[in-house]
Amino acid sequence: MKYTEEHEWLKPEADGIVIVGISEHAAEQLGDIVFIELPETETEVAKGDEIVVIESVKAASDILAPLDGEIVEINDALEASPGLVNEDPLDGGWFFKMKLADPSELDSLMTEAEYKNFID
Amino acid sequence: MGLRRTPLYDLHTSLGAKMVPFAGWEMPVQYGTGVMAEHLATRETAGLFDVSHMGQVIIRALSKKNSDAALALESLIPANYLGLAEGRQRYGVLTNDKGGIRDDLMVANRGDHFFLVVNAGNADADIAYLREHLSDRCEIEVIADRALLALQGPAAEAAFAPIAQGASEMKFMDCAVFESKFGALWVTRSGYSGEDGYEISVATDNAEALTRRLLDTPGVVACGLGARDSLRMEAGLPLHGQDITPDTTPVEAGLGWSIQKVRRTGGDREGGFPGADRILAQFENGPEQKLVGLRPEGRAPMRAGTSLFVDADAADPIGEITSGGFGPSLQAPMSMGYVPAEMAKPGTALMADLRGRRLPVSVTPLPFRPANYKR
Repeated sequence: MKYTEEHEWLKPEADGIVIVGISEHAAEQLGDIVFIELPETETEVAKGDEIVVIESVKAASDILAPLDGEIVEINDALEASPGLVNEDPLDGGWFFKMKLADPSELDSLMTEAEYKNFID
Repeated sequence: MGLRRTPLYDLHTSLGAKMVPFAGWEMPVQYGTGVMAEHLATRETAGLFDVSHMGQVIIRALSKKNSDAALALESLIPANYLGLAEGRQRYGVLTNDKGGIRDDLMVANRGDHFFLVVNAGNADADIAYLREHLSDRCEIEVIADRALLALQGPAAEAAFAPIAQGASEMKFMDCAVFESKFGALWVTRSGYSGEDGYEISVATDNAEALTRRLLDTPGVVACGLGARDSLRMEAGLPLHGQDITPDTTPVEAGLGWSIQKVRRTGGDREGGFPGADRILAQFENGPEQKLVGLRPEGRAPMRAGTSLFVDADAADPIGEITSGGFGPSLQAPMSMGYVPAEMAKPGTALMADLRGRRLPVSVTPLPFRPANYKR
């Protein structure tokens, strides 16, 4: 599992595809999540694009594309149950899967240990 | 200038509050369990809010006649304070020359003086304004040595009864002073959540002990500004600086009820407050815009600043959302905003621009959720 400075995690699957979600720390900071707007599948995204909108009771936040690639699947369960991100941010609360344009870019992201240092 | 702290600052941080800057104060926005849980606890049992940042002011007539203080207040606020009985509180708005709202406030008649509670962000300006206009007739005393707590929710009465003998008998908008273990408590049966409850002014030195005592009561939950905002929105209560401003009048904001008949055209004390011409004309002819409730379709909250349109294609907005968020008790998004009067009818379908997309909203009566006051 790799992490970004934007508090996203990326879990590699086969064929250059990664699952993307947000860290426990980020979910806790956002508070009770009430609505999530996900990108459409087959969308090409560039690193830094605002592709997910998260609304908590109090405020809206954006989630940025962690790397270049294409969205191949989204977590439909979040539409009806956005609270999944608070309850299970590292598994059931995943956002989308993307096919990376350059899978080697994953190496540039933080390891779990590095991320823990980053948020401390 | 640094942020001010209430007497409960240390308690908040020890309870795990997330502190944020608000109107020049460092205030708890939420505690560990989060806004949603705090909001729901207030609806189901009771929430306790530190509202010590709000301004507490006493107005005393130099003549010693409280009716003179009432008339002085009436020169700045379009409400009937001469007719407000001792031991009762009444909501009002300080108007400006355009009929806009400088601030909204609570005014209680305490026999030989009036007790005012004003918004934190406007307190300094309000006090200067009251001094400027009333000093020839009244003494304006700023209460700086008392904290203010709001205990809100269906369990508030039971939680407060052992502390203040007789508080259970109070009705909505009653005001009384109780001697207690925590010194004299200045109490009103009111709040900003749409629930029954009390606002309790307590001497700074006793504030933490009283707060701890209330929080020790089963069902009483510490709540922050986040829950205060979602509760007041569900209750359809406007927030000054957002839903009511120096550019909106009480008639436009649906606060015409706060201007009693005696201050309106044909009343014994008609007008005589800043902006009376405009406000009284709006009662006659109807205002051009109105503050309405708005229910977005779907689950996406629409917050302050969101533009409203008549349809999906219209180029120019017809209004704007002034408050909005997700209602934990409604389990749905809710907003308030201004629309032209002819579009203010409940059921009117409008479109809102959310991040570049037009999404449907419908005009809904306020409040979103009926109030639960003890009348």
